[in-house]
Amino acid sequence: MTLTSPLAALGRQVLGALAAIGQITLFALTGISHIFRPPFYPREFLNALMQIGYYSLPVVGLTTLFTGGALALQIYAGGARFSAESVVPSIVAIGMARELGPVLGGLMVAARVASSIAAEIGTMKVTEQIDALTTLSTNPMKYLVAPRLLAATLAVPALVAVGDSIGIMGGYLVGVTRLDFNAATYLKNTRDFLEFWDVASGLWKGAAFGFIVALAGCYFGMNSGRGAQGVGKATKTAVVTASVLILAANYLLTEVFFSA
Amino acid sequence: MIELRDVHKAFGANTVLNGVDLTIPKGESMVIIGGSGTGKSVLLKCVLGLVTPDSGQILVDGKAAERASRDAFLARFGMLFQGGALFDSLPVWQNVAFRLLRGAQKRPKAEAREIAVEKLRRVGLKPAVADLFPAELSGGMQKRVGLARAIAAEPEIIFFDEPTTGLDPIMSGVINELIREIVVEMGATAMTITHDMTSVRAIADKVAMLHGGVIQWTGPVSELDATPDPYVQQFIHGRAEGPIESVR
Repeated sequence: MTLTSPLAALGRQVLGALAAIGQITLFALTGISHIFRPPFYPREFLNALMQIGYYSLPVVGLTTLFTGGALALQIYAGGARFSAESVVPSIVAIGMARELGPVLGGLMVAARVASSIAAEIGTMKVTEQIDALTTLSTNPMKYLVAPRLLAATLAVPALVAVGDSIGIMGGYLVGVTRLDFNAATYLKNTRDFLEFWDVASGLWKGAAFGFIVALAGCYFGMNSGRGAQGVGKATKTAVVTASVLILAANYLLTEVFFSA
Repeated sequence: MIELRDVHKAFGANTVLNGVDLTIPKGESMVIIGGSGTGKSVLLKCVLGLVTPDSGQILVDGKAAERASRDAFLARFGMLFQGGALFDSLPVWQNVAFRLLRGAQKRPKAEAREIAVEKLRRVGLKPAVADLFPAELSGGMQKRVGLARAIAAEPEIIFFDEPTTGLDPIMSGVINELIREIVVEMGATAMTITHDMTSVRAIADKVAMLHGGVIQWTGPVSELDATPDPYVQQFIHGRAEGPIESVR
């Protein structure tokens, strides 16, 4: 071991990370370009839409319901310190729409969908099904990746919208049943303080997170190593990468949308 | 006709193909033999364009496959994968008719299904199998479905990757016979890779032995037993002693 060995090791890590970023970017651009170029596979797209959107509804709904309830309790307890309990409806609504709806929705979809996409495509890779697609004159990027990217980008904002509503409902239920809010006043406060951009910014975030989830699932699936271990690793890496990228993207988008 | 000229391929420091020259005349059945890990699958994947050679030329009917015309090029090929490589999200008939349900060779669904059922019948499977999913089939049945898919679009060139691996001797015999019949019946050019000598004798017109990244020997199957080539002799008789190093 020489004096420069640690530096060389660090350099290798940095180069490896940069190469990976480059590869994912190229993969994403290729995937996007295939969304707009025929042939199109509408059946694959609809199937992905069902898998990513519709079947994620229960998990996103339950997550946001409980979070909305907990948020109401926390804001009430915190607000009580300076006699501001009445802000519960507006803060629950704004918090759900701007942050918790998209982030929690994105993370739950990352756990559920990035893993299943990576496992499915990874298994297809190790069982030569991807090669088989190519020999059957079907581009795997077009047939497997493009429909999933598009479906996730469209489905997650819809999930976020549903999640926002259910989260606000969770806050409402706790507010009315546990915190003695008047039902009509709670709803009025929610409506009065929630602005269009609060909701719209969350939906844009949802679109970005959906894209990230499908991209991570597809990329790590397509680059899966051999055997069960390779697929397991691809699945794990896809979920971890999607989750971290969602949180990083959330910060960046919040800066872009809300910094003065 | 398929021609490989001085094809090289290495993965990192591991040289797999080191100047392969091989010609497969139109309508002939060429079987490539060689030990495990000698690069037979890589060679096959180079011809299909799934692996890009480092250097050398691969010509089909005198023409190299251009990237732009790749789909048209691949439309002439059929391939039976070692593990079947059936799409497990699709029922059997949609696997067989995959090419007929989308792309340039697309046909009405009913017609594609009819062709799929006919091809399944050709490989000895009943129409009831058409609606099952690949996971519900035995290994032998999956291989037959893979074979039906390979021939569904009437390809001019068919590749078989270890067609009998994992099958019992009787099922291997059935698959070998089917391959031979289908290749003769369709007049297709066939390229098979295997290390099953029963398959070689049942399927091949010509045999090529791949060893050390080059074609060590090639000739008609009738000359296989008589050739003095020590590599071929060691391989076909399964001897541990000889020029091919074996790991104990």
